[in-house]
Amino acid sequence: MRMKRLAAVAAVAVLALGVAACGSESETPGTPSGESPLVGKATAGTLKFGVKADQPGLGLQTGSTYEGFDIEIAKIIAKGLGGDPAKNTYVTTVSANREPFIQSGQVDIVVATYTINDDRKKKVNFAGPYYTAGQDLLVPTASAITGPDDLAGKKVCSVAGSTPAKRIKEKYPQAQLQEFDAYSKCVEALANGTVDAVTTDDIILAGYASQAQYAGKFKVVGKPFSSEPYGIGLKLEDKAGCTKINDILKASVADGSYKAAWDATLGKSGTPAPTLDVSKLTNCPA
Amino acid sequence: MDVFSDPANLQLYIDGFLMILKLTGASSLLALVLGLLLAACRVAPVPVLRAFGAGWVHLFRNTPLTLVILFCYFGLYSAVGVEFSEDIHVNNYWLAVVGLSAYTAAFVCEAIRSGINTVPLGQAEAARALGLTFTQNLRLIILPQAMRSVVAPLGSILIALTKNATIAGVIGVAEASNAMKGLIEARGDQTIAIFLVFALTFVALLVPVGYGFTALANRLMVRR
Repeated sequence: MRMKRLAAVAAVAVLALGVAACGSESETPGTPSGESPLVGKATAGTLKFGVKADQPGLGLQTGSTYEGFDIEIAKIIAKGLGGDPAKNTYVTTVSANREPFIQSGQVDIVVATYTINDDRKKKVNFAGPYYTAGQDLLVPTASAITGPDDLAGKKVCSVAGSTPAKRIKEKYPQAQLQEFDAYSKCVEALANGTVDAVTTDDIILAGYASQAQYAGKFKVVGKPFSSEPYGIGLKLEDKAGCTKINDILKASVADGSYKAAWDATLGKSGTPAPTLDVSKLTNCPA
Repeated sequence: MDVFSDPANLQLYIDGFLMILKLTGASSLLALVLGLLLAACRVAPVPVLRAFGAGWVHLFRNTPLTLVILFCYFGLYSAVGVEFSEDIHVNNYWLAVVGLSAYTAAFVCEAIRSGINTVPLGQAEAARALGLTFTQNLRLIILPQAMRSVVAPLGSILIALTKNATIAGVIGVAEASNAMKGLIEARGDQTIAIFLVFALTFVALLVPVGYGFTALANRLMVRR
């Protein structure tokens, strides 16, 4: 009798978990004859963008407003799709929930320092890349560290579970890796001298270095040791939308709005606007 | 499920849970000892000790564990300079153990104090009439009876501690939840499967602990 009851409880638990798992499966909305569903949403002003909320210069949430380069790119896309950028809704995403958010339709488009890679391409569609970042080091201005090879025995900080942290473990195992759950804690530890360097994509580091309270204290080493093409994530089925966004990006380079987006955000740290190579906008499946 | 067929990922998963066990092992011993001392303080005839015990319990029982652990890193280590080891991983492990123990000791103390309250007052009075000192009274008469009645609550605290050990991840201890984050980042296409495996491993670890403590509590119960 006792066993039967246990078995029943176990069955219920498994069912509940099963249902929870189903909840996040994507409902595939039909893409009517070549037109992306994004265009309709843009016209109606209901586009939802997934962005980062804790990365200065890229996607930073202050109160209820978001600002940064990723946000400016989102505005360019909304405008290009025929919508009003002021009507964009921004939703905070973190690295771990970007694919589920796209699949379940909680957001329509993700512009959130989203590196294009093959595993992710199985789940979502990437337009872009709109920027190519590289892993770099942020160190105190007076530091003698000039590149990843100087890290032996040094304490270097990154976010737990992130790609930069993994790369340090694999390629530079002689460095002592301190992991936190957010880059802001790493920068805090760098400011009080507990760690010797912070590592992640150069563009993110530049954002922290340009924050007012750290002005003049840190420098980005400037020797990137990886290549991280940032893409714009959208639903796997939405091939038309992917091509459309690439066209919008091409147009934004031609009319200068891409450069304006950079100058208004990350450009403030003194880094000149990068040249977007439009010939590389080839991620969309044919 | 093919995430775990990759030996590197499997190793990450195993290491994560071994770290949980190591954190729980050290912290539970320290918390038990510290909790006993605090409980003794809280029933002591010396007002300063009573105030110390009460202060500790109120401070740590009502502070989020994440804050306690972060304080161990940014306060104890960064600012005050308490360093257990040159090796960053060993150092972070012990900082986390300090935080977990200090926090859990508050709960252990309160459980033991409630156990002390189940011992009839006449026992303590009789012992005192026989000329036993406070410590003798506690050690020989009160605690042996009190501990028997708090086995089940201590089991619950141990279960909570095991799960709380995942919070050590905020200062970079490579425990299970950090391993899970790493796997999800690497294989975002299998989030649900990874999540289920980690959740069910915790359940599989802790269900026997719960049954074990219930059985032990029944055997040791003082029948009055």
